[in-house]
Amino acid sequence: MGVSRVVPPLPRDMRETVLPGHAACHGCPITMALKVVGAALGKKVILVVPACCTSVVVGAWPGSGFNGSIIHVAFASAAAVASGVAEALARRGINDVHVVAWAGDGGTADIGMASLSGAAERNHNMIYIMYDNEAYMNTGIQRSSATPPGAWTTTTPLGKKEPKKDVARIMIAHGVPYVATASIGYPHDFYAKLKKASKIKGFKFIQLHAPCPTGWRFDPSLTVKIAKLAVETGLWILYEYENGKITLSGPSKPYIDKSKRKPMIEYFKLQGRFKGITEEDIKAIERYVDEAWEWIKKYM
Amino acid sequence: MGIQVLTGNYTVALAAKMARVEVVAAYPITPQTSIIEKLAEYIDKGELDATMIRVESEHSALAASFGAAMAGARVFTATSSHGLLYMHEWVHWVGRARIPVVMAIVTRAIAPPWNIWPDHSDFVDQRDAAWIMAMGMDNQEIFDLTLQAFKISEDPRVYLPVMIGLEGFILGHTAMPVDVPDQKLVDEWLGPRRQGFVIDGSEPLAHGNLAWPEDTEEMFMDIQDAMENAKKVIKEVDEDYGKVFGRKYGGLISCYRCEDAKYHVVTMGAWSGDAMEAIDYLREQGYPVGLLRIRFMRPFPDEDVYSVLNNSRGVIVFDRAISYGSMGTLYLDLVGNMLKHTRTLPYIRNIVAGIGGVNITYKDFFNLIKSTIDSLEKGEEPPVFHWYHRR
Repeated sequence: MGVSRVVPPLPRDMRETVLPGHAACHGCPITMALKVVGAALGKKVILVVPACCTSVVVGAWPGSGFNGSIIHVAFASAAAVASGVAEALARRGINDVHVVAWAGDGGTADIGMASLSGAAERNHNMIYIMYDNEAYMNTGIQRSSATPPGAWTTTTPLGKKEPKKDVARIMIAHGVPYVATASIGYPHDFYAKLKKASKIKGFKFIQLHAPCPTGWRFDPSLTVKIAKLAVETGLWILYEYENGKITLSGPSKPYIDKSKRKPMIEYFKLQGRFKGITEEDIKAIERYVDEAWEWIKKYM
Repeated sequence: MGIQVLTGNYTVALAAKMARVEVVAAYPITPQTSIIEKLAEYIDKGELDATMIRVESEHSALAASFGAAMAGARVFTATSSHGLLYMHEWVHWVGRARIPVVMAIVTRAIAPPWNIWPDHSDFVDQRDAAWIMAMGMDNQEIFDLTLQAFKISEDPRVYLPVMIGLEGFILGHTAMPVDVPDQKLVDEWLGPRRQGFVIDGSEPLAHGNLAWPEDTEEMFMDIQDAMENAKKVIKEVDEDYGKVFGRKYGGLISCYRCEDAKYHVVTMGAWSGDAMEAIDYLREQGYPVGLLRIRFMRPFPDEDVYSVLNNSRGVIVFDRAISYGSMGTLYLDLVGNMLKHTRTLPYIRNIVAGIGGVNITYKDFFNLIKSTIDSLEKGEEPPVFHWYHRR
């Protein structure tokens, strides 16, 4: 009777991590992702959170909707503060606590880029998770450098013209021990990557694709479906980078064969933000996606 | 350890070392650079057991310091001028977080035009950021203040960060004899780090999340109370330091030849030495003048200033920074704080000078103080605001 499970459940009761009373929108990928973070890393986590939706999602003082420690910090500084926390913990001989910088695409790809690059270059022991909802959602859906071309935002009313900044690739160029992409549509894959990252010493970077119902203009019940479509159309590629080599992750493996990918329009048509997308935009995105796949194949 | 001849920058580095700082996060900027170079040397040579985070910007320097302090480490950083301005967001963040941190500011003018010389523009610009702010007069005082800063910052009645100002080049790059105490004595006096809370994963703790207006305001009112407490703590620490190390300065202010003075000069920072020299010459000529030196700009020493200046026949406040469109920053602070205690202010003049590193000597002080007193004695009041430019 009922729905049969295709995959085994994640090993912890995920309700322990994100507590009732948080302030997220319906269908928010942040709460889903934080549950996976809690499942993978346990309660001994210090999240360092710059200005972003999560600042609000965890709720107002004196409560906190995340069952772990959080240090809220100024916008550009997640990686810098986490550097300080990581070094102080190391000095104090505390080795069982995970320092996690948890920032959106604005706080990572734009204003936080310098501190991210600095922390990566210095190879501090932390996991940096960029939850990528492809715009400034907390301030009202403004374009970031991680917004894809063709997407409407309140500062690109006719659609963004420039390609999406590839932050994972930038982090690979830093030569850090571990870089991965993940998707909220594939929590087991994200979980496995967090587990692996937690065992590696040094700087780890995970870029998590996180569809936002409010900003992307879709029904809150569709978050996972849309996240999966991004992977199934080949638009978002799940991979890991370690020791100079890229490994394609399970959910993305079939789509190395272009003929297996779903048409991109399936992904676009569910989202209000792509209402104005043109044939020209789609061609540009296809070119961009092809290049991304070619680049990955080169390093596999 | 006895007397060592040290530049102001090396003095600061040595004091931070003797305070046994555990994490140093810093970025180089003139004229502060040799502080962090010296600290890097101490650490790499194994003379100081600390972790140095060589950050990519000043914004990150204080952010990383904050992170390390949150996780329980005694932290030090230093900056100057544009670095401090770039860091300004974090200056506020650390102050409002109530987390003990000590930072040295090697003061310097602000561009444009580019100017590497000293004034107080960068330092006074931080006055509303919930930091305790002190300025020293010479390298000995800078050494003592830096050690005291840790004690004050980590006092449970305070728990606020402290910045120590020293003028760029005038102190920063000038070598003077500094009496350096034994490490053992410093260890005993300073003790281990204390802080209000530690975020190290041992229990779930959230800091800095959204708070409703009334809650936020209460937290800010607590900062005002902590500043009030700090006045007592600073004096206690100064007294105690005097007992242990043989030097004390008078707490929030320091007075020179004030006892029988009828006129008063107010200064802050290194040029106070030149003003004192001028006062000696003026005294020789029969001018009954004394110097009140502001050691702590925050908390502002309102009672102390009032008690010295209330019956003065005339006061001159020398400012090395100006709030454009208004007057000298120290003057504005002083007059406002005097009004807390009296409705009848003496004549208080504001002379802005030495901006952008213009050299002000004891002769300039002598002439300015003398001419002001001469006018007042004749029953004339010179214009209250005067920007003295010595070309």
